[in-house]
Amino acid sequence: MALNLLDENKGCPIDRQRFTWKEVAQPPISKLDDDAFTRVRVILMNGIEMEALRFSHSCARMNGDLQLLLAQLRRVEQHQASMVNGLIGADHSTLETTIGYEQVAIEVTAAVAQAEPDEYLAQVYRFGMLEDFDHLYRYTALLDRLEGKDANNILQCYTDIVPGRPTVIEHRAPEDDLREHYDRSGAAAISKLHALTIMSAEQQTHNFYMNVGPSYADPVARQLYAEIASIEEQHVTQYESIIDPNESWLEKWLLHEANEVYNYYGCVQQESNSRIKAIWERCLDYELGHLHVVKELFKRYERRDPAEILPAVLPEPIRFESQREFVRKVLNQEVDLRARGKHFVNKSEEGKATLEYREHMNSSGSPSDTVAAGYQWSPGTELVRGTQLTYTEFVQETEIAR
Amino acid sequence: MENSTVLGTNRTGVDMSPIDIKEMTALTNVTLPSSPGDERAIARMRGKYIAEADTLGSIPPPGTLKGVATTAMQKLTGRNPEAFIDKLGGRVGFERAGVRLYDALIEKCSAARGTMAASLIPLETLWQFRNEELQHFQLASDALRSIGADPTAQTPCADADGVAGMGLIQVLTDPRTSVTQCLEAVLIGELTDNAAWGLLIEFTEKMGLGDMARDFEVALRHEENHLMHVRQWHKEMVLQDAGVGASA
Repeated sequence: MALNLLDENKGCPIDRQRFTWKEVAQPPISKLDDDAFTRVRVILMNGIEMEALRFSHSCARMNGDLQLLLAQLRRVEQHQASMVNGLIGADHSTLETTIGYEQVAIEVTAAVAQAEPDEYLAQVYRFGMLEDFDHLYRYTALLDRLEGKDANNILQCYTDIVPGRPTVIEHRAPEDDLREHYDRSGAAAISKLHALTIMSAEQQTHNFYMNVGPSYADPVARQLYAEIASIEEQHVTQYESIIDPNESWLEKWLLHEANEVYNYYGCVQQESNSRIKAIWERCLDYELGHLHVVKELFKRYERRDPAEILPAVLPEPIRFESQREFVRKVLNQEVDLRARGKHFVNKSEEGKATLEYREHMNSSGSPSDTVAAGYQWSPGTELVRGTQLTYTEFVQETEIAR
Repeated sequence: MENSTVLGTNRTGVDMSPIDIKEMTALTNVTLPSSPGDERAIARMRGKYIAEADTLGSIPPPGTLKGVATTAMQKLTGRNPEAFIDKLGGRVGFERAGVRLYDALIEKCSAARGTMAASLIPLETLWQFRNEELQHFQLASDALRSIGADPTAQTPCADADGVAGMGLIQVLTDPRTSVTQCLEAVLIGELTDNAAWGLLIEFTEKMGLGDMARDFEVALRHEENHLMHVRQWHKEMVLQDAGVGASA
C-alpha cells in the first residue's frame, strides 16, 4: 500500500516521541547471520539521521524563529541516530564496517541511478558509484593484508570486488567536482529525494573515515583512509551541488523530513529481520510526526501548500538488492570518464588544475595503489592462492621494491 | 648496544605533578560520589544485556545437510559437528591473521638492521614461521572442506578471535613500537596458537578423525618451535635492554 504524504496521517505526536537509554542502546544485528542488506539499511539510515542533525543546526543558525522547533525535533533525531547506529555490533572491526559503508555507496547509488528520471543526474550517480566501487576494492585489499580477513564475509556475494575508476586518479580540483543542480520548480520529487539520500550517505561516509582513520596504527591504513576521505569530501561537494540552492530553508526542511519518511518506508517494506523492522516502523511513525509539524510550519511561514513540494504518494522505495549487472555494465562503459567543470569528459580532456592538483597529492606515493598492489580478491582471502616464496625470493622481491 | 627503553618526558604518572596531585587528591577526598554503590553497578547493567543477548551468530549447515556425504563427515554423524566446525573456522581465521602478523614482524625486523634485533633474530627464520602459519591456514581450510564445511565462512569463534586479535595487529603495525614490544605481541599470539592446536587435536580425536588429528600434530610441532624461539628472543631482548642479558 502506497504511503500518502499529504493526507492527515500525523504519525506519532512529538511529545510522545521519547526514548530510554535502554531503547537507544539495543542489541546489535548479527554480523554473521543477518542479511548484508540489513546492515546496508542501518548504515544508510544512520547517514540520513546524521544529515538531519547537521541540516537542523545549519537551519537554526540562520533562522532564529525556528530554533525551538528545530531543537525539539532534533532531540528526537539525535536519539534515533544513536539507536540506529548502535545496531552495528562491536565485533565489526573498523575496516569491516568500512566495507559495509562502501557496499551502501555502491548498491544504493546504483539503485538510485537506475530509478533516476533525469539523465544528467543519473550520470552523476553512475560517476560517483564507480569511484566508491574502487574504494571497496582498496579497503578489501587492506582488510586482507592487514587483518587477514575476507571482505566477502560482509558483502555476502552481493557486490563484486575488482578495481573501479582507480582512486589514484579520482583526485580533482574543486571546480571539477561541482555539478548542475536540479530546478526546484521543475524537478521530479523523486529526483530531490535521491539527491538528499545519496548526499547524506556520502557525508556520513566522509565523517566516518575522518574519525576512524587515525585509530589505525598502520601508516598505510592511515594514509588510505585520508586519501579516500578526501574523495568522499569531493563526493559530498558533488552531490550537494545537484540540489537547488534556491530552495528556501523551510522547503529544504520539508524535503528532509519527507526523505526520512521515504527511506524508513523503504526499510519497513524490505527488512528481513523482524526486530529491526519494528525499529524502522517506530522511526517511520516518528518521521511522519515530524513531517506533519514541518508541513504546518511551511503553510504558516511561507504561506504555501506543501503539495507544491511533496508528491501526494511516496515514490517507489529504493531497491535493497544486488545491482551487480548494472554495476558491471557501467564499469565496462564508463570507467574512463572524468570530470571537467560540470560535465563528464573523456580521460584525455581533464583540466590543468585537476592534473596539477592530482600530481602534487600523489607525489609522495599513492596509498590506494600501494595497498592493492597486485591484489586479486579470492574467496577466503588472497592467502588461498598464497605461494610460499623461498626466503631468497622474498629478499630479492623486497630489495627490488625498495 | 642500543637501548629501546630510555628516560624521557613521560607525563602520565602523578610523580610528574607533585603539587597538582596534592590538590587533586585533596578535592577527591572531600567530594562524595554523585551516585551510590560501586563498580558492581556496571556488572549488573552488563548482566541485563547478557541475559537478553543472542549469540554472535551461527555456522552454515555442513555438507551432509546439502546431500554431500564425505567419509570424514560420516564419522561425525551422531556427534555435534557445529562446535567442531566452529573451532576449525576459528583456526582458519587465526592462522590467516598470524601470516599477516609475521609479515609485519618481518618488516619491523628488516627495518632494525644494525641493531641488536638484527643479530638475534634471523629474518630467514621469521620467513619460515610465516610460511608455516600459511600452511596451517591451508591445513585448517582443507580439513573443513573434507567434512563438507565452508572454510570461507566466518564462524562465531573466528569472529570473537578476530576481535581479540585486533590489539596484536595494532602493536605490530605501529611504526613506533620496538621489536621487543612486537615480539611480546607475537608471543601472545603463539601462546594462543599452541593452546588452540593442542585443544583442537584432542577435539579431533574425540570426533573420530584420527588422521586429521595427526595432520594437526604437525602444526602443533611448528607452533611449539615458534613459541620457543619467540619466547627466547623476547627474553633476550628484554634482558639485553636492561643490561643484564648474556652479552651485557
